[in-house]
Amino acid sequence: MRKYLQYAFVLSAAAALVGCAGARTSVDEEQEEEVAVVVETDTVGEDEGVATATGLGDVVIAEPVEPVVPAIEEEDPVPEVQEEVDGDLLVQRVIYFEYDSSAVDTDGQAVVEAHARYMQEVPDVRIILEGHADERGTREYNLALAEDRAKAVADLMQALGVDASRIQTVSYGEERPVALGNDDSAWSLNRRVEILYQ
Amino acid sequence: MLKPAAVTPAAAPEVPARRLFACMALLAAVLIGAPASAVVTIEVTRGVESAIPIAVVPFAAGDSGAAFSELPVEVIEDNLARSGKFAPLAREDFLDWPHAADDVQYKDWRLLKAEALVVGRVVTLPDGRAEVRFQLLDVFRGKRWAEEIFVVDADKLRVAAHKISDLIYEALLGRPGAFDSRIAFVKKTPKDCLHPRCHYELQVADADGHSPKTILNSNREILSLAWAPDGDQLAYVSFEKNRSVIFVQDLYSGSRVAVARHTGINGAPAWSPDGNQLAMTLSKDGNPEIYVYDLSSRELRRLTRHAARDTEPAWSPDGGTIAFTSDRSGKPQIYRVAAGGGDAQQLTHAGEYNAGATYSSDGKSIVLITNQGSGFRVGVYSAVDRSVTPLTETSQDESPTFAPNDEMIMYATQLGGRNVLAVVSPDGGVRRILELPEGDYREPAWSPFNQKQ
Repeated sequence: MRKYLQYAFVLSAAAALVGCAGARTSVDEEQEEEVAVVVETDTVGEDEGVATATGLGDVVIAEPVEPVVPAIEEEDPVPEVQEEVDGDLLVQRVIYFEYDSSAVDTDGQAVVEAHARYMQEVPDVRIILEGHADERGTREYNLALAEDRAKAVADLMQALGVDASRIQTVSYGEERPVALGNDDSAWSLNRRVEILYQ
Repeated sequence: MLKPAAVTPAAAPEVPARRLFACMALLAAVLIGAPASAVVTIEVTRGVESAIPIAVVPFAAGDSGAAFSELPVEVIEDNLARSGKFAPLAREDFLDWPHAADDVQYKDWRLLKAEALVVGRVVTLPDGRAEVRFQLLDVFRGKRWAEEIFVVDADKLRVAAHKISDLIYEALLGRPGAFDSRIAFVKKTPKDCLHPRCHYELQVADADGHSPKTILNSNREILSLAWAPDGDQLAYVSFEKNRSVIFVQDLYSGSRVAVARHTGINGAPAWSPDGNQLAMTLSKDGNPEIYVYDLSSRELRRLTRHAARDTEPAWSPDGGTIAFTSDRSGKPQIYRVAAGGGDAQQLTHAGEYNAGATYSSDGKSIVLITNQGSGFRVGVYSAVDRSVTPLTETSQDESPTFAPNDEMIMYATQLGGRNVLAVVSPDGGVRRILELPEGDYREPAWSPFNQKQ
C-alpha cells in the first residue's frame, strides 16, 4: 500500500510540475499585456524579499522546485539625486489620512504639490507611492483601502502634470505599520502614503 | 497512516439519557507555560449544560497490561473537554484501571456517575508500528458503544489520540469530530519588530496547535491562507516581491506556483469546492474586483464591475454562490453573486462594517468580522432575519475560519498585548486561546477533514 502511495505521489508531483510550467507561461503572457503604465520590474522598489518553501512530506518525493516567479535581474541602481530643498515640504515624504478615507487633505496636498514640482524639475526621477492603513478591520479590505490612498496621491500628481509612467503605486494594507500601539495616536501615524524616490 | 484493521460498527446509540449537570461555574485558570517558551495562557470556559461525563483510562502497553502505553490519553480528555460537550472525570477517582471491556466492573463506574468509559491498549507490531485497540463503553447498559483497532507509526501516538477523540465524538454525538485536523497560520517574530526586520513563517500544526511545522520562511509578509478542498495545497498571498502575489503551494513537496501577479493587488484567494478554481481579488483593471481563475485552463473570469472596493470572495459549499465584501453602499458589507456571474445582492445591512465572510461546510452559516460600535468582532450572519450576531467581546478580531465539522470557529485576536489564535463555538458559549510558542500569530485557516488513510 505504501509503495503504491509513493508511486501515486511521484506521478501527481510530476503532473503538478508539468502543470506548474504551463501556469508560469500563461501568467507571463498576461504580464506582458499590462506593462503600459507600470515600471517594468516584478519586484517593487527596494531589495527583494527572500522566501524559502519546505515540504511536509516524510519521504522526499521530488527535489524542491524553484519558485516559478522568475528571478529579477538587478537593475543598475538609480544614482542618488541631490535634492534641492523646496521649502520644508520636500523633506516630508509622508501624507496622512483620516480613518477609512482616501481623501488627501490640505496638508497632504501641499506636500504632494512640492514633490510634483520637484519631479517636473528633475525629469528622470521616478517614484513609488506606498499605501498603508491602520490595523483595524480585515487585512484584505485594508489592502484595498491603502491602494485607494496611494492612487489618490498618484491621481493628484498626474493632475499636477507628472506623467503616469513615472509613478508606481503599491499597497501594503495594514502590514507595515510605523507605530505599534493599539490606540489612535499609533493608528493615525499608520494611515499614510509614503513617497519613495527610485 | 491510520488504517482500521477491524471495525465493529457502533450500534446506533439511543439519545443518551443525559443528566443535567450543574453549569460549570465561570472558570478562569491562568497557566504558566514551560519556562523555555515563557508563554502565559489564559483559558476561559463558560459553563455548558449536559456535558457527558466520560472516564478515559490510560491505555496498557502490550497484552499483559503490566505497563502503560505512551499514548497520551490526556490529549483525548483535553479534546473532549474543549468541545464543551464532555466532562472528563478525574483519574484519581478511578477505582480500577481496566484495559478491555471484559475487565470492566460497571458498577464501579456508575458510582462515579460516568456515562461513558474509554479503555484500550497499544501493542507493538513486529515491524515496529503500533496497533491501537480501543473500546468505548456504555456505563448504564454495560455494553460496548464502539470499538476499533487501527495501526499507526510508532511516533504517531498523538495522532492516534486525536483519531480516538473523533471516534468517541461521532459515536456519542452522531456528528464527525474535527480533532484529527490541521490548522495553518502565520507567525511573525521578533516581538515588536518593524519592517524590514520582521520574519514570517507560514506554519501547519495539529488543530490543537501542537507540532507546528514551517512550510514557508520569509522576510516579507504572508497573509490570506486558503486550504485546497483535498487538503494537499495551500493558497496564500506573499509580499516577497514587495507587492502582493498569490501562490499555490503543495504541502508535501513544498513546490509552488505563482497564480496571480498582476499589477496592483493580488489577494484573498478562495478555492472552489471542486478544487478547480480560485476566486481572488485583483485590482489590475482599475480597482479591486472579484475574479475567478481556472487552475487548468488558466482563464480568468471577472465577476464584479463596480467602482467600489470588492474583495474577500468566499465560495459556498455547493459551488453556486460567492459571497464577498463590498463598500458600494458606503461602508463594507457582505454581498453575494452567482458563481457563474450576475448581479450582486446585499446580504448584511447592520452596523458600520461587515467583512471577511466564510461559509460553514454545510452552507447554512456565514461567519465574518463585524463592527457594530464596540470594535471588530467575529460574528455570525443569519439568513433568516439578516442579522449579524457578535460572538466575542474582544475588539481586534480577524480571519475567522470554521472547523471542518462547523462546531468551532478559530480566529486571530489581541489579548493582553499579544496577537493570539483563539477558538469560539458558534453560539459563543465555549472559548479558548491556543497555546503556541512565543510569537505574534495571525491569519488562521482550518483544514478540511483529514482524507488520508
